[in-house]
Amino acid sequence: MKIAVCIKQVPTREWQPRLNDDKTWVRDQDVSYEMNEPDAYALEEALRLREKHSGEVVVCSAGPTRVQQVIREALARGADRALHVEADALGPADAFVAASALSAAMAEQQFDLILTGLQSDDQGHAQFGPVLAEKLGMPHSTIIMEVNVDGSVLRVKRELEGGWFQYLSMPLPALLTIQSGINTLRYATLKGIMAAKKKEIIKVAAPAGGGARQKIVALYAPQKSKQTVMIGGSPAEAAKELVKRLREEARVL
Amino acid sequence: MILVIAEQKDGKLNRASWEAIAAAQQLSAGAMPVKVAVAGHNVSGVAGELAQAAVAEVIAVDHAALAQYTPDAFVQALQQLITQAAPAMVFFPHSYQTRDFSATLATRLDRALVTDVIGVTQSGGAAAFSRPMFQGKLTADVVPQGPTPHLISIQIGAFRADAMQKGASAASVATAAVKIDESTLRQKPEAPFQEAKQAVDLSQAERIVSVGRGIKSQENIAVAEQLAKAFGAELAASRPICDNGWLPMERQIGSSGQTVAPKLYVALGISGAIQHLVGMKGSRTIVAINKDAEAPIFEVADYGIQGDLFELAPAIIAELQK
Repeated sequence: MKIAVCIKQVPTREWQPRLNDDKTWVRDQDVSYEMNEPDAYALEEALRLREKHSGEVVVCSAGPTRVQQVIREALARGADRALHVEADALGPADAFVAASALSAAMAEQQFDLILTGLQSDDQGHAQFGPVLAEKLGMPHSTIIMEVNVDGSVLRVKRELEGGWFQYLSMPLPALLTIQSGINTLRYATLKGIMAAKKKEIIKVAAPAGGGARQKIVALYAPQKSKQTVMIGGSPAEAAKELVKRLREEARVL
Repeated sequence: MILVIAEQKDGKLNRASWEAIAAAQQLSAGAMPVKVAVAGHNVSGVAGELAQAAVAEVIAVDHAALAQYTPDAFVQALQQLITQAAPAMVFFPHSYQTRDFSATLATRLDRALVTDVIGVTQSGGAAAFSRPMFQGKLTADVVPQGPTPHLISIQIGAFRADAMQKGASAASVATAAVKIDESTLRQKPEAPFQEAKQAVDLSQAERIVSVGRGIKSQENIAVAEQLAKAFGAELAASRPICDNGWLPMERQIGSSGQTVAPKLYVALGISGAIQHLVGMKGSRTIVAINKDAEAPIFEVADYGIQGDLFELAPAIIAELQK
């Protein structure tokens, strides 16, 4: 089975955003990056499917040169080779632009199954997977917690809201967006890291066109919906003040 | 015209539909008609319920192939509806179902989709939509690009259902005929189910201590457990804690877990991604304890302490035991 995993490089969770001068994007030079967490689960699921059904796992990513960091990491974890659609403009691109950039190169590869995370930890549109599926003419399903392949039929467990689930089937080729927690992640071994250096990364120039669907006109720290009383002091002082306020002011104890 | 696509399942309206209508009414401010459509099979009851809203019309999209949700059938039906109705904007509640089909619909219509919208505003004569980005660390005002209609999904809990204006009399209900070629539906759904009976119904808890990534390891869960005990609270968690198996999934708060509104909610080491906030921000009193002063959880907190939870939790336990 030929499986593609689409991964995105996103700022780390610890990163503190700083805005650029026109306040429509973040200052790229301040950012440290990592693999989008739901994509890491998608990669793990692909590696498990390859172990079960044989075949290959191809990691696909759109973005500037810097995204090779997460491509190498995916190769070190066990992906066989990579496809990198490279353009600086793809860094802050919306989901539609990113899916358009990858779709032509991915169509040629004739994948049986495409996995990706349910959304990205940066822009969080949760659109990339379904847009790519539509562009490739594949059925899709989202927020998947279990993947079973039987011949040319895919049966998956989709998460619904509030603790409900549903199984559904669809023909391959298909695209799934994977929910975090579907499996337990493996980490790269030293052997894997060494092997990754020899693995192939095919670089493809981003196709022309593909106008943005979204324009960010302002980016800012969120507005508070409540007046938060910030309690300072030593841990003991803060604890005392908090408990006092919960007892006397909020009256919840 | 703004067309709101309400959501129903087995004839029961998803309450988030009212919030999407409220958002449409707010943006329109009477200057643009608002219509509501609902897709499914035998939806006349739901359509009648929606007709309470102060809207120009309710449109029932009824087809046997829509009885059980599939993205393929909904995309086919709504593509025809939107093409017929020609709205300037289409609003959806940002449910898991909307997440499943709306990007496909937007691609097929070749139109912009803005998801997770928490506010509507104007920017230079165009409607701009606020949405969280970077895990809630920032908010972006986004103007959808390209020809209309623009598709907009409204985050659950961002607009108040009780702010929805009701009409003086019931709105008229029309029916839209759509063609669905059932042989082209690729997804074959099975019946939804619940994994296990939820042993803990957190929605009934008066006090909840909820733990997030800041707890760092499974061994440290005991710290949160002790704090919960001292508060006389149920223990809950954000998604990553349950993903790691440190606490069972049934204790998860957020869009994929339970929605709670206790008297007291203590968020211990939880940064406050939108998926978590939607599950707890209705709580009466919220306490946030986090080492990061910029963590989005502080936006919804009544009381905040910036600091090391491993120092603060024992101090609070000691104080409660005095």
